[in-house]
Amino acid sequence: MAKREISEINAGSMADIAFLLLIFFLVTTTMDVDTGIARQLPPIPEDKAKTEAEINRRNIFIVLINAQDRLLVNGKPMNVEELKDKAKEFIKSDPNNPELPTMVETKIDGIPNPVLVSEGVISLQNDRGTTYKKYMEVQNELVKAYNELRDEAALQYFGKRRFDDLTEAEQEAIKKIYPQRISEAEPKNIGGKK
Amino acid sequence: MAKFNRKRKKASIGISTASLPDIVFMLLFFFMVATTMREVELKIELRNSDLPQATEIKKLEKKSLVSFIYVGKPKPNYQRLYGTEPRIQLNASFADVSDIYEFILAERAKRDESVVPLMTTSLKVHQDTKMGIVTDIKQELRKASALKINYSARKKI
Repeated sequence: MAKREISEINAGSMADIAFLLLIFFLVTTTMDVDTGIARQLPPIPEDKAKTEAEINRRNIFIVLINAQDRLLVNGKPMNVEELKDKAKEFIKSDPNNPELPTMVETKIDGIPNPVLVSEGVISLQNDRGTTYKKYMEVQNELVKAYNELRDEAALQYFGKRRFDDLTEAEQEAIKKIYPQRISEAEPKNIGGKK
Repeated sequence: MAKFNRKRKKASIGISTASLPDIVFMLLFFFMVATTMREVELKIELRNSDLPQATEIKKLEKKSLVSFIYVGKPKPNYQRLYGTEPRIQLNASFADVSDIYEFILAERAKRDESVVPLMTTSLKVHQDTKMGIVTDIKQELRKASALKINYSARKKI
C-alpha cells in the first residue's frame, strides 16, 4: 500500500472566520460598565413606630425639591452647590451647637476611644413633578457629603487618605462613625398633579 | 529617471498575510473579554447620554444578580401605540407600575434562594423624567421588598 501523502490544510480562510466572529461580538456586545448610585430603600413600616415627628427636630435635615426643581433646605431656599457643605456641617455635628443634631458617645470596634456619633437624619422629599435629573443631582451631593466625611475620618483614625483604601473592618468602623442615614419620605403630592 | 524605474520594479514583493489570523484572533479575544452581552433591545429612548450625571458612582457588581427597570419616552415607532409620556420597560416589553411586583418575583424565582438578598434592581431612568413615576416604582419595589437599588448614572466629566 502506498502511503498517501497528507496535504496541508489551507489556513487562508482562517482570517475570514476570525473576522466573522470578531464582527459578531462587536455587534452583539456592549463595552460600557454599568455605574450608578447605590441606595437602600426603607422597608414598608408595619406599624408606624418611629415617624419623623417623633425624631427630635434638630436631628432632621430636611431637603425639599419642588416641581420647579428648586431646593428648600431646613426652610431656606438654597442652590445645589451649597448643599454639600451644609449637609457636611449637619452630619458632622458639633456637641456645643444646639442647632445641630444631638450626639451620642459610642464605643466602636477598632477605634480605641469612644467617638461622638451624631443622630442626625437627612430627610429627602421630592415632588411628583421634580425632574429625575435634579433629584439625582441632590442625591449625588448628599452622598458626596458622606463620602468626603468618611475620607476625612479615614485619615484621622487610620492614616489613609481614602475610605476605599481601608480594610473591610476599618470601613465598617468608619461607617459606624458616619452612618449613611438618608430617609426618603413617603411620597407626597405637594405641587399638584403633573 | 531610468534609475528610479529600475529601483521600483525590484521592490514589489507581497506582504505575508500568515499572521493576519493571529492578529484578528487577538482582537476577538480582547472584545470577548472586555465587553458584555447586550441585555435587551430598548423600546424607549434611553441612550447612555440620557442618564443623569453623578460623581459619586460605583460600579454595578455581579451583573447576573441585577434586574433592570427602564423608564423613558417610547421610541418614535412605538409612540402611536404608547404615547409620548415616559413609560416603564421591563425585559422586552412595556409595563405598568403594577407589573413590577410580578417582575421582581419572577426575577427572584430565576435565581438561587441563597443569592436573593444580594439582588439589586437597577433603575435606568431618562434624566428628563418626572419623579412621579420613579416614586411609584420605588413604592412598588418596597412592597416587593426589593430594597437594594441602584440609580444608574454616568460619570460626570
